[in-house]
This record gives sequence, structure tokens and C-alpha cells, in this order.
Amino acid sequence: MQLTLRVWRQPSPAVKGKMANYHLTDVSPDMSFLEMLDVLNEQLILSGEEPVAFDHDCREGICGSCGLMINGIAHGPEQTTTCQLHMRSFSDGDTIDIEPWRSGGFPVIKDLVVDRSAFDRIISAGGFISAPTGTAPDAHATPVPKVDADAAFDAATCIGCGACVAACPNGSAMLFTAAKVTHLGLLPQGQPERDTRVVRMVAQQDAEDFGGCTNIGECSAVCPKGISMETISRLNHDLLGALRAGGVPTS
Amino acid sequence: MGGVATVTTQQAGPRKAPKTGRFSSSVFKKSVMAVSGIIFVLYLIAHMVGNLKAFAGADTFNHYSEFLRELGEPILPRLTVLTIIRVVLLVAVAAHIWAAVSLWRQAKRARPIGYVTKKRVQQSYASRTMRWGGIILILFIIWHILDLTLGAVNPAGRDSLPYGRLVEGFQNPIVTIWYAVALVVLGFHIRHGVWSATQTLGHSNKRRERALNIFATAFAVVLIGGYLLIPFSVLFGIID
Repeated sequence: MQLTLRVWRQPSPAVKGKMANYHLTDVSPDMSFLEMLDVLNEQLILSGEEPVAFDHDCREGICGSCGLMINGIAHGPEQTTTCQLHMRSFSDGDTIDIEPWRSGGFPVIKDLVVDRSAFDRIISAGGFISAPTGTAPDAHATPVPKVDADAAFDAATCIGCGACVAACPNGSAMLFTAAKVTHLGLLPQGQPERDTRVVRMVAQQDAEDFGGCTNIGECSAVCPKGISMETISRLNHDLLGALRAGGVPTS
Repeated sequence: MGGVATVTTQQAGPRKAPKTGRFSSSVFKKSVMAVSGIIFVLYLIAHMVGNLKAFAGADTFNHYSEFLRELGEPILPRLTVLTIIRVVLLVAVAAHIWAAVSLWRQAKRARPIGYVTKKRVQQSYASRTMRWGGIILILFIIWHILDLTLGAVNPAGRDSLPYGRLVEGFQNPIVTIWYAVALVVLGFHIRHGVWSATQTLGHSNKRRERALNIFATAFAVVLIGGYLLIPFSVLFGIID
């Protein structure tokens, strides 16, 4: 395959970036998208140019490190992570636009790498349970209804890649936050902090320059784990209940 | 990592202090939009039913208009109920616009640099046009009050009866087309609004999602269809 890549190049956060054109020949359709970028980088290094910086780690679709805007769609044409996207999803002679996630909460560090530590701060605001530690309790010590366990697990599959933010016309992180709120809020262990969790996580999300949700649904449509819009409804339900109960976010 | 030496460091950015006001939460603002939106929808249903009385003739229509002003008499003075309705609507409009502007600004901050290429994957036309559609609607509502409520911009003039303003106004095809365009914009606004309000108030789920979207579309079509009947009936001489 022959490809023309248009890649966002930005040496550092302070410098203005721009799209740069590269031509690649002999790309195998069996390569993953990231392997194709590796080939590009080898080519750049051999010609003495700066390689393209991009995030990646497990390359198995489970860590959430990789994430690129490919031809205007988060993670590209297949609903999966960028590392699980293969070049057979493209055609010979294609021009592919590659951009970083764009959000006020995700400042660009270099080229295609963005700082997603805002997600960590949302988690540290309330995405945890305060449970006594020790040996694991018996599996049947705290019964959980099957429906709740399934819904909690579906939400817990969120890998925090940030595709929801990237795809959202409002740059909102609601699907991410909602997945965490749903995952913990549905289980018995998550109940003691259920109200404070949702109030604090949403307050942190707003403070990180993410937008508000307008229920458009772009997030769920590109989510590699298919997290449902239902989680957002659940977050809203929990938050409004917590506000009625007098919950106010504290710093 | 199998010996791969590529490491990307992510410095932990400074922790930004969360907003502590109860009313600063984006979800609270969305619920303000949802509740005020529900008030508009209830009003719009009543308004459409009232409009359809135009088919029953001038007397029925004018009487209904007078009835709205006398509603509550003799327990309450004339115009009391109508004034309460107007105040509630005004407060709802103010709240709806406050929340919309605030969320719009937040969304602008949330994407300071746009994409060179951005494709739509699943968003509806209705969801995409909520903000600019809302601006068209507020301009339309101001015009509509000046036109059919006050008669200030109506050919029948200020001292006319409601039925006279209706007929003389819509005999002008330009006015009819302007109303039709605004009503279609309103239809799209309601179609996404009904769905979005259900989500925002936390009453949607996977099972209901499809039915909710079908209901939102059907509701918007029926409501706007009911509204469109009147101006076009006047234009084609069915109501005169």
C-alpha cells in the first residue's frame, strides 16, 4: 500500500503546531496502525528528522494509552483502540489525517501526545472506595444482583483513553466520569461515598476545562469499549439526588 | 513492554481546584435547561390546542382568547392567571438562556483548538443545531409576540381582534414561510430537547433509549404539524 499521511507536528506545548505531509510506500495491510507509524518513524530517523511522538503501551487494546484522531474520527474508522486498527481498513493511495485529541483538558505535550492527567485528577477526586484492606473476602460474602454486576462491569471496562472527550463536540468528559460513577455506584462497596463521589468528580471535571454534556452521543459511538449513554443518565440521576440531599463539592 | 524503549512521560499537571458552588456544576445547569424545557413543552401543547380553535370560526377563537384573560374570575381579578403563566414562562426563558450561554462558553473553553478534519459518527441534525436554533427561536418568539399578541407588526393593527390578526397576518406568504421555518427549527429543538431532558434528569437507560428517541421524534412531528396547520390553512383560504 502507498499512503500519504498528514500528521500534526508540534515540538512543544508553547510552540504553534501544523500538519506535515509524509509519503509511505510498502505498507502491509496486516500492519496495525501503530506499526505503520513505527515504519514512518524509522524512515524519519534514517533521514535525520525528528520522529513523530505518539502514546502507546500494551498494543492489545486494554491499557488506554494510544489514541489518535484518524481522518476526523477518534481511534479511526473501526470502533476499537488505535492499536487494534489495521491498515486493511484503509485503501491503497489513501490520504490519512492524524491529529491529537483536542480539548482544553488535554493540552498537547508534543506532536500527537496529550496530557491526560486531568483524568487522573477526576479519579482522585472520588473515583475510589474507602474499603478496609486485608485478605480478599469470600466471593459470596456480599451478594450483588446479576443485573447490577453486569452493568457495573460494562462500565468498568472503560480504559480511560479519552476518545469520548476527543469526539465530543463540546469536549466533554462525561462518558468517562459517568463510567466511573456507574461502575462504583452500582456495587455495595461503592455506596458509602456514592453522593460525595459524583459531586466531587463532576466538579473536578468542570474545573479541568472539559465541556458540558448535551447528550449528542458521539462519545459512545467511538468508545472502544462501547460504554453506553445509559451511564451518563445514571450519573445525572446520582448527581441531582446528591445535590437535593445537600451535597456541595469541597476542595 | 518486551524491551521496547519508547517512553512517554506525562508530567502530572497542577491540580485545578474544583468549583465549589452548587449552581456551578454543568449537570445542574443542564437540569435547569431540562426543567425549563419541560415548562415550554407543556405550554406549547396548550398553545397548539388553543390555536386549533381557529378552525371553529372567528367567534370561538376570539372567545377563547377572552376566556384566557378571564380565567379564574370571579375568584381572581381579570388577567391574574394569564399573568402568572407569563411570569413563569419569562423566568423559564431567562433560566434556559442563562444555562445555555454558560454551557456554550464552557464548551468553547473545552475545545480551544479545533480539528483540521472532524467527521460526524452518529450525531443528529437536531442535536447539532440546538444552540443556533435556540437563537433563531428567541428572535422568532419576540417577533411572534409583537405580531399576534400585541399586533404591533401585524397588518390588522393593535386594536384588532385575535382572529383578525391571525387571518390578515398569514395571508402574506412571506410571513407564513417565516413562521413555517421557525416552527421547523422549533421541531428540531424539541426533538433533541425531549431526549436530552430525559437523559439529564436521569430517566433514560439502554432499554428505553430507542423508544425515547422514537417518542421524541413523533412528539415533535405531531406538535409542529398541529402548529403548521393554521398558517397554511389561512394562506390557502381554508380559514378566512
